[in-house]
Amino acid sequence: MIELEHICKTFRVAKRNAGMGEAVRALFRREYTIVHALRDISFRIGDGEMVGYIGPNGAGKSSTIKIMSGILNPDSGICRIDGRIPWKERREHVRHIGVVFGQRSQLWWDVPVVDSFELIRDIYEVDEVRYRQNLEELVTLLNLGEIIRTPVRQLSLGQRMRCEIAASLLHNPTVLFLDEPTIGLDAVSKIAVRDFIRRLNREKKVTVILTTHDMQDIEALTERILLIGKGEILLDGSLDELKNRNSPVRRLHVSYAGGYFVLPEGVSLLSDEHGRAAFAVDTRICGVSRAIEGLSRYAEITDLTVESITAEELVVSLYEEFAI
Amino acid sequence: MRLYWKYLKIHFKSQIQYRASFFLTLIGQFVTSFSALLSIYFLMSRFHEIDSFSLSEVLLCFAIILMAFSLAECFVRGFDRFSAVISNGTFDRILVRPRGEMLQVLCSQIDFSRLGRLVQAVFVFSYAIPASGILWTPEKILLLILMIFSGIAVFSGLFVIYAALCFFTTEGLEFINIFTDGGREFGAYPLAVYGDGILKLFTFVVPLALVQYYPFLYLTGRSNNLIYFLMPLIACLFLLPCFLLWRVGVRHYKSTGS
Amino acid sequence: MKSLRKYKSLFRIRFNAGIQYRAAALAGIATQYAWGFLNIMLYVTLYRDHAASFPMTLQAVVSYMWLRQAFLTLFETWSMEGDLLDAIVNGNVAYELARPADLFSMWYIRCLSARVSKVLLRAGPVLFIAIILPAPYGLTLPANPVVFFGFLGTLVLGSLVTCASLMLIYILTMYTMQPQGIRIAFNSLSELLTGSLIPLPFFPEPLSRILELTPFAAMSNVPFRIYSGDLAGAAAWQAVGLQVFWLLALLALGRILLAHALRRTVIQGG
Repeated sequence: MIELEHICKTFRVAKRNAGMGEAVRALFRREYTIVHALRDISFRIGDGEMVGYIGPNGAGKSSTIKIMSGILNPDSGICRIDGRIPWKERREHVRHIGVVFGQRSQLWWDVPVVDSFELIRDIYEVDEVRYRQNLEELVTLLNLGEIIRTPVRQLSLGQRMRCEIAASLLHNPTVLFLDEPTIGLDAVSKIAVRDFIRRLNREKKVTVILTTHDMQDIEALTERILLIGKGEILLDGSLDELKNRNSPVRRLHVSYAGGYFVLPEGVSLLSDEHGRAAFAVDTRICGVSRAIEGLSRYAEITDLTVESITAEELVVSLYEEFAI
Repeated sequence: MRLYWKYLKIHFKSQIQYRASFFLTLIGQFVTSFSALLSIYFLMSRFHEIDSFSLSEVLLCFAIILMAFSLAECFVRGFDRFSAVISNGTFDRILVRPRGEMLQVLCSQIDFSRLGRLVQAVFVFSYAIPASGILWTPEKILLLILMIFSGIAVFSGLFVIYAALCFFTTEGLEFINIFTDGGREFGAYPLAVYGDGILKLFTFVVPLALVQYYPFLYLTGRSNNLIYFLMPLIACLFLLPCFLLWRVGVRHYKSTGS
Repeated sequence: MKSLRKYKSLFRIRFNAGIQYRAAALAGIATQYAWGFLNIMLYVTLYRDHAASFPMTLQAVVSYMWLRQAFLTLFETWSMEGDLLDAIVNGNVAYELARPADLFSMWYIRCLSARVSKVLLRAGPVLFIAIILPAPYGLTLPANPVVFFGFLGTLVLGSLVTCASLMLIYILTMYTMQPQGIRIAFNSLSELLTGSLIPLPFFPEPLSRILELTPFAAMSNVPFRIYSGDLAGAAAWQAVGLQVFWLLALLALGRILLAHALRRTVIQGG
């Protein structure tokens, strides 16, 4: 169980301007601005949940992650993870969490991956039996068999990320923080990583908190989204809820061989040409399945697609809505 | 301890991956300190003695400091290189691991190529120990070892101070070089040659004189004061405020995240 | 004139970046001050007991030490443009070739401006403190204006020689692709041979005479010794001649080597 209540955090940042005159002046006097990174953040995440934490750059995502992983302490507010306060009981807390920083490696560049794993085993004091078990499982699931004896510098980015994730799971954490785990990966590696994360969450009930700019990650993985902007939680809900909230109208494209359409309430015809028709379905009045059922009653439908807004579009519209 | 050993192995493994640059740095370290040795030799061969210390005595002093410094630099280098650890985010990784921060920083860099200086120190020792004319009783040998170890402690303390200050700013910390590199360079001569003020500075602020000058007086038979014999142990107390500062630094990092 | 402007703006941009680091400059000043002071104390002690066996007057040595600290960033050889070395090693130097400017001049200007920006921040304070210090420890003013201008002129020549020799390191890196080794070798050599550790006259007799002829002696050695009058008359003129000679020789060698290295790179790349 992760609980955050009224977390606030401010930073002081030095101003620096361009230009020769400014540079000389900054020699003697430096101006600071106060940045409110987090203002009154509260949320709860239950055990075994998988949550996407999204927001534009500089919104406060990484500050929140840092607070939850015990790296940063907030100015005020309460944060408890499994009953522990991360920055007060750092050592005990981090035994139970795993962190993957997508852009920074925790593996040793010049030695075989397995050497790094063994070092991590010793750091976390994982006993040998459990280590063997975990390693075997991770090697199979993430398909690391061939690369585990290779030095990291010879791995592709995708292979490296799979090893990074494995490294963060050797100690059986109950909570996993993933900071942009698919950044820079090719399509195949992305899918492999996503599949693995989904399995981990379903089978091992690991709580996963994921920050990403890749909306396909969100679509593929998370049931719940937390949207942060300018240091505040703006939205908290499931992806579908958000989609409905922001655009309740779905577009239905239908190909048909004959017959005619009787429009159920809440469905309107947009176009009908050459055996292809398009309808707008207002899901507040009529669910998509009821609309299909009604339309197919008197027409012979051969193909059908439901167009909903993508996560990508959703996020753009959310960012626009909140002006972040 | 087992963990440190593990780190030691993995550092060694990765450093010998780049054999050429490893040996070049090793040799470079050797040559650089060899230049220092040469300049001491040239100066002393002109004057034969400084403040009544002979060339071989100065060389003994040089070797003690060089050995302490190179050992400290090799094994405590994680602190010496700490600004990089902060700026590339490695310290975040350290904080999400269930081990003490200090141990992990200590383990984050172990630079074996620094031992080039150590080789130099060993050479100079092998000349200066017989040439210094000191009668090597067990007591004097013990003192020599004490001096080296307390030297490691003082230099390590300085590296820790440097690292602790990195939590607050990464700019302008070069000044600590006055005491680290400066200590190595100027510690080659018994510290009293720099005058009273400097000797006091190195006695009460950075206790390098407790490692070098006072026990050296005892070692060379210039004094029989037992306090001088015990000075190296007192010098080790220098580590306490250093650790304290480090803790303050960690606390600051956790509240600013930078 | 137009082509000059791009070098000017390159200079300005590097210069601006250089003076951003005020704390570094302050710390540098403190370090250099401490270094100078400790060195001087050492020589004062040596002179106290054995003034007769010295090749330079104490006053000349003290001036030498202060000048060395004040102009350290102009003459030191350990700091190089890191991103330039990286660009050479990882092959990004190709982008530099795409620019419509002479590569050698661009690098040379970059090297100079980095040094000038650093030294402008640091030299003043160190010199100021050094001048107000009491007699044996302080920096004495030059004997007459001629000596002073001689100092300034050879200071400029010396820094030009330093940068010209560093150019060779960059260019040699294009051959070896591993800057570390050359840098270490060059550094430890120049530390000793430029007179950074002890002034050249302190070397044993025949050796010091030979060392005076090397390009290393044409760097900081000449201006620092002209300032205090240690180097004067015919010996000074000879030193200036050597400075000019080495500057031209190093520049020519650098250009030839660079042209060759580029030809090699292009062939390899094709």
